[in-house]
Amino acid sequence: MNLLFWSWGILLVGGLAALFPGLPRQFARWLGCCSAVAGCIFGLGATIDSLGHGPATYMYPWTVPGGAVSLSIDGLAAFFLVPIFLIGLLGAIYGFGYLADSSSRTPGKIWFFYNLLILSMTLVVTAANGMLFLVAWEVMSLSSFFLVIDDHKQSEVRRAGLLYLLATHLGGACLFAFFLGAGTLCGSLEFSVFSRLATLPPIAASTLFCLMLLGFGSKAGLFPLHVWLPEAHPAAPSHVSALMSGAMVKVGIYGMLRMLSFFSVTPAWWGWLMIVAGLGGALFGIGMAATQSDLKRSLGYSTVENIGIIFFALGFWLIARAEGHTLAASLALTGGLLHIWNHALFKSLLFFGAGSILHGSGSRNLNRMGGLLGRMPVTGLTLVAGAMAVGALPPMNGLVGEWFIYRALIESGGEAQGMAGFYPLVLMGLLALVGGMVILVFTRLIGIALLGQPHHHSATTAHESGWPMLAPMMVLTGLCLVAGVLPTLLMGPVAAAGAILGHPLLLPRKEWISAMWLGLGGGGIILMIGMVVIVTKIFSRKGSVGSASTWGCGFQVPTFRMSYSAEGYVELAQKGLFCSCLRPQISGGRAISLFPGPAELFHRSTDLVLTRLYHPVFARSADLCSRLRRVQAGIVHLYLFYIFLATILLLGWVAHFQG
Amino acid sequence: MENFANILLLLVILLNFFILGSARLGACIRSVALQGAMLSLVPVLLHHGSPHSLILGGAALLLKGFFMPWLLFRAIRQVQIRREIEPMIGYVPTLLLGTLATAGAFIFSDQLPLIEAHKGSLAIPCGLATLAAGFLMLITRRKALTQALGYLIFENGIYIFGVLLSEALPLMVEAGVLLDLLAAIFVIGIVMNQINREFASLNVQNLSSLRE
Repeated sequence: MNLLFWSWGILLVGGLAALFPGLPRQFARWLGCCSAVAGCIFGLGATIDSLGHGPATYMYPWTVPGGAVSLSIDGLAAFFLVPIFLIGLLGAIYGFGYLADSSSRTPGKIWFFYNLLILSMTLVVTAANGMLFLVAWEVMSLSSFFLVIDDHKQSEVRRAGLLYLLATHLGGACLFAFFLGAGTLCGSLEFSVFSRLATLPPIAASTLFCLMLLGFGSKAGLFPLHVWLPEAHPAAPSHVSALMSGAMVKVGIYGMLRMLSFFSVTPAWWGWLMIVAGLGGALFGIGMAATQSDLKRSLGYSTVENIGIIFFALGFWLIARAEGHTLAASLALTGGLLHIWNHALFKSLLFFGAGSILHGSGSRNLNRMGGLLGRMPVTGLTLVAGAMAVGALPPMNGLVGEWFIYRALIESGGEAQGMAGFYPLVLMGLLALVGGMVILVFTRLIGIALLGQPHHHSATTAHESGWPMLAPMMVLTGLCLVAGVLPTLLMGPVAAAGAILGHPLLLPRKEWISAMWLGLGGGGIILMIGMVVIVTKIFSRKGSVGSASTWGCGFQVPTFRMSYSAEGYVELAQKGLFCSCLRPQISGGRAISLFPGPAELFHRSTDLVLTRLYHPVFARSADLCSRLRRVQAGIVHLYLFYIFLATILLLGWVAHFQG
Repeated sequence: MENFANILLLLVILLNFFILGSARLGACIRSVALQGAMLSLVPVLLHHGSPHSLILGGAALLLKGFFMPWLLFRAIRQVQIRREIEPMIGYVPTLLLGTLATAGAFIFSDQLPLIEAHKGSLAIPCGLATLAAGFLMLITRRKALTQALGYLIFENGIYIFGVLLSEALPLMVEAGVLLDLLAAIFVIGIVMNQINREFASLNVQNLSSLRE
């Protein structure tokens, strides 16, 4: 526990010191970065210590009503602390390089909020008191908001920031309601008495569940509360996007799991609700990711998809538990937990890569990239590795979690009787559809951005990033590989987290071993294919094969404009696979006559949930509320009248009820 | 003695009506001063001249009966106004509202769970009615000066409540309340001068241009 306090102290003091006015820019940068790195190292130490020595708790009184500084690092907390500190650490190193040539007048500001975000996230995860949890939660929301609007001179960034602030506060309101309700029903806001939630009548428990699904889901980016996520991620600096997508979004899932751990018995429909939202989010997210030409926005939608998969797994865990399928429940929970770590690793890797491309080529637009693999080899190769991980290709880590989820579905389908065995199979088909779409999205990303010819002159002058940016990416690539090949290493942490969730993971060791062989064997096959390609290339060099530029299509003077654009790549899937609601708005682009004149193509993919659902609802409520502005007339007499009226009403109330 | 105090309290209510219905600022200031002076006698009468009540009554008499009226007369001499013109709500409706509020105060005070000693005392309905009159004054009048008067009446209402408790209420608290009042009147005097200089009138409504 002491190590954790050291970590928080370093983060806070370092962040505040970097904020000090009049500090030389370089000094502020070094101070911010070093404090973040040191704080995260101490934090990792504290986590490993607690994993080794068992749970640690700390208690200190606090004068806030219902509040106490009560902290605890148990298996579940440690499970989430590791990715937060790890990505915080790597992100700090990466950010040092990423922000090197930023022209911000106050470089300390972003480091202060970065440190504060890490601090508040870890405080949320270790808090064992509702009031402390909410305070830390709000600090986390606000510090990440300030990080998102770092580049606030652009109107797009301000818009994204406002959307994020709105979403996070509406979610926060649900959480306040949740803790108020749970605290009243349990008699205290201490988590140690929250186990009384298990004895609540079904209606109260279900209301609490819906509140926490809304509150934590909006932070996690659960469909259809995800709308802030694809807006905020492109707006934020890349290392912040990585931290938000890799860690902060997971804190939402942590909250969900922590609260679910207090309910020992859960009705099956909770699980179905999570499955519907999760699967809907996975399909919607990946469909939207396919049509975005903004690299980071596409990755943001991919986060929506992965969060959907995690919620899917957790929902299935609840269902299988409610139905008594112990093995299937164990498998689903293991899969969900593993996917949390795996997603944290590969999504931060991908955001680091996207940031490196943005840094090197100056654009987030896929259509302005192309052929970057040659100019940015390290970034390119790590991105390919990340794409393999997110596409669940061996030997990278994305496969392991999804493998367990599929195993859970198969197991449940085999155990259930009659028609009940049918649903898991349908779900499996849908999950497989998502997996196929992921491959489409990431072959597009790799193919358009890294391979082929430059689509734009800015891509021809792209340069590789410096070592502070490349090193974290390489470390993450290594971790993705290790987690993919040796998933048995994760057995301990997953089992510790599972024990807290009221589910001692009685998963046979052979399941883990089979996952390991899957990684090794699949990796071996891919390695073999690669070697065959290389060997044939070496031997075929003796013959004479003419070479031409990529996508030259046999033209005499091919130009980059003949190659596939980011939008063109998914056109087939768009027409054949997507429901009409997902299709982007397209106009123009038709050349009909024999000698066509110049034509323009307009292509825009907007988030349907945002434009069709939230915009009208909020516009309408703003309309209604604007009538209330008359109440604030600016006339002192009227305000006095309000006070008078309120006094009279209160007096009348007192007279009526007490007289 | 009690009866005499009750007569004073009834006079206070009558003065409330007079102030609510009067347009002349000079008369209003005098009435408020008279009200304050009469009220300063009430604790002395109710508590049969205990030293505590004597000090309290003396201080209140000096402040409310003499010093504040003097301040306010000085203020209206400086800004050269005599009358309240066009109140937000006319005088007759204000009087009617005041009557309603006074009636309400009497009905309401019957419903209150009071201790035996205060049952049937005139001080509570009178205090409530004076509070309401002060509020009405604040709501209906436009001039900063009449606002100040409203505030004074309001304070008189609170003072009547304080009288009931003056044995229990420490002297320091009472003194604090009086000092607060003095400071508030000073502030309003300054504000009056500022509004007058800025808008060439004493109309508080001009302040609404300051809203966001």
